[in-house]
Amino acid sequence: MSVDADTVRRIGRLARIRIEENDVEALKGELNTILGFVEQLNEVDIDGVEPMTSVTPMQLRRREDKVTAGGHPERIVSNAPESEDNFFVVPKVVE
Amino acid sequence: MSDLTKLTLADTRKGLANKEFTSVEVTEAYLGAIEQAKSLNAYVSVTGDRAVEMAKASDEKLAKGEGGSLEGVPLGIKDLFATKGAHTQAASHILDGFKPEYESTVTSNLWRDGAVMLGKLNMDEFAMGSSNETSYYGPVINPYRAKGSNKDLVPGGSSGGSASAVSAWLCAGATATDTGGSIRQPAAFTGTVGIKPTYGRCSRWGIVAFASSLDQAGPITRTVEDSALMLNSMAGFDTMDSTSADIAVPDFAAAVERGVKGLTIGVPKEYRMDGMPDEIEKLWADGLEWLKAEGAQVRDISLPHTKYALPAYYIVAPAEASSNLARYDGVKYGLRESGRDITEMYENTRASGFGREVKRRVMIGTYVLSAGYYDAYYKRAQKVRTLIKQDFEKVFADGIDAILTPATPSAAFGVNDQDMAADPVKMYLNDIFTVTVNMAGLPGIAVPAGQDSAGLPLGLQVIGKPFDEETLFAAGRVIEKSRGMDFAPERWW
Repeated sequence: MSVDADTVRRIGRLARIRIEENDVEALKGELNTILGFVEQLNEVDIDGVEPMTSVTPMQLRRREDKVTAGGHPERIVSNAPESEDNFFVVPKVVE
Repeated sequence: MSDLTKLTLADTRKGLANKEFTSVEVTEAYLGAIEQAKSLNAYVSVTGDRAVEMAKASDEKLAKGEGGSLEGVPLGIKDLFATKGAHTQAASHILDGFKPEYESTVTSNLWRDGAVMLGKLNMDEFAMGSSNETSYYGPVINPYRAKGSNKDLVPGGSSGGSASAVSAWLCAGATATDTGGSIRQPAAFTGTVGIKPTYGRCSRWGIVAFASSLDQAGPITRTVEDSALMLNSMAGFDTMDSTSADIAVPDFAAAVERGVKGLTIGVPKEYRMDGMPDEIEKLWADGLEWLKAEGAQVRDISLPHTKYALPAYYIVAPAEASSNLARYDGVKYGLRESGRDITEMYENTRASGFGREVKRRVMIGTYVLSAGYYDAYYKRAQKVRTLIKQDFEKVFADGIDAILTPATPSAAFGVNDQDMAADPVKMYLNDIFTVTVNMAGLPGIAVPAGQDSAGLPLGLQVIGKPFDEETLFAAGRVIEKSRGMDFAPERWW
């Protein structure tokens, strides 16, 4: 399988990365090189093989459903490019 | 006083405990060495004041005969580890100015045991790379150069800053991380020791995530014993990481001199690649002879799915990365580029904040996880991963205790290699011997073992059973004792 220019633009939108029009061809080439490389996996007989879900035999631990941290919103927003009254500020999303 | 930066981590510890010198003296010696080694570009941030403060506190404890197992020992920390109030940007533009409000578990463990932080080490952006050239802060330079040449070589990646700093005596040891070979390949390129422990051995909490099912932290040091000492402190169960293994951490340092008598070492035929340089073949044969001479048995084995590990990795790792890196959206931390609406703000921020290799991998990951392609790519790759793991399980069940392979297919290459720049897959092939280990969650150690014809370091890799790092330290130590040479770059920087 390989990607065309439209697919490159679509992946860019899905990944929320702006793709410059003059970069589409170069990216298409790079992505197709990688997709060509992984193509060899089609040679492998995977009939009846379970997909790996955990690399070591373990079950995800559960913990009691209680609050163990918090109460410091100013620390949460301390690295925000823009914040106000301990809220993150973003461009307007609802009219 | 002799040059304190030239001591091993073990000897630094001893000298501090015996009051032959103080932590402030060693720390200042390292800070001076770092200042003179700017051309290597190994550090992205030096925390000199904090280092001296930590060293003073250590000296007070040492004076009273107190202190932890690494009391007063100066370390470098890969920029991927969250360190409270200090530069933590995964060497990416998108995390500009980020200063965490918390400390990673691994670094907390090191500070608990008395270690001193010298600063943050350069790396490939988000740990994506095998040459440390994808860093926003520019490439790291390998302290080694080919005989008679002054051409700059790469230190490998992604932990290139860690490897270069340890090799060039800019810290007594360094933290690193390994997703497909990012500890072992740079260790091999710089004549240093690096171990990727079993998945789950070190907590991932507070380490910037790349591919969560593959990422593991480990040390890079100048000797096998030093790695054992550092890992003893870094490892341990942590409730903050749901994949952290609730298994006791053995005394790794006690296993270093255990020897390999009675062990059976596997030699996988699939690692004998077409066109492998003779010097790598010879290195591998030498390593097997050394282990045999110390009483190990050597047996040929087969790991039939080896060749599929790298292509499967380039589906699994980008898929996980595309998900993990979704958090960099210009809202919570780091860089923000403006846009007409929120979507354009996201797109502009990520276009300007991510470098080329990161964008490429996020896009591959987005594609293989997108509707209609999931089964063909991601699910298939995870099935192949099961087969890779089963290959190892079979040979271990057949009585193999550890596996010996070359660490890399070549020695360090030049900065800005045009072949690799033109073809991303050529760069990926650097990890061909190391990536299987991440796919199967196993521990692997790289130990310097020989040189190529240009005098550049070459490493051997020992792969072990899950949670059997002790055997890796024992076998690694045999290689270190048997190789008959020291690894020390000639200073030019």
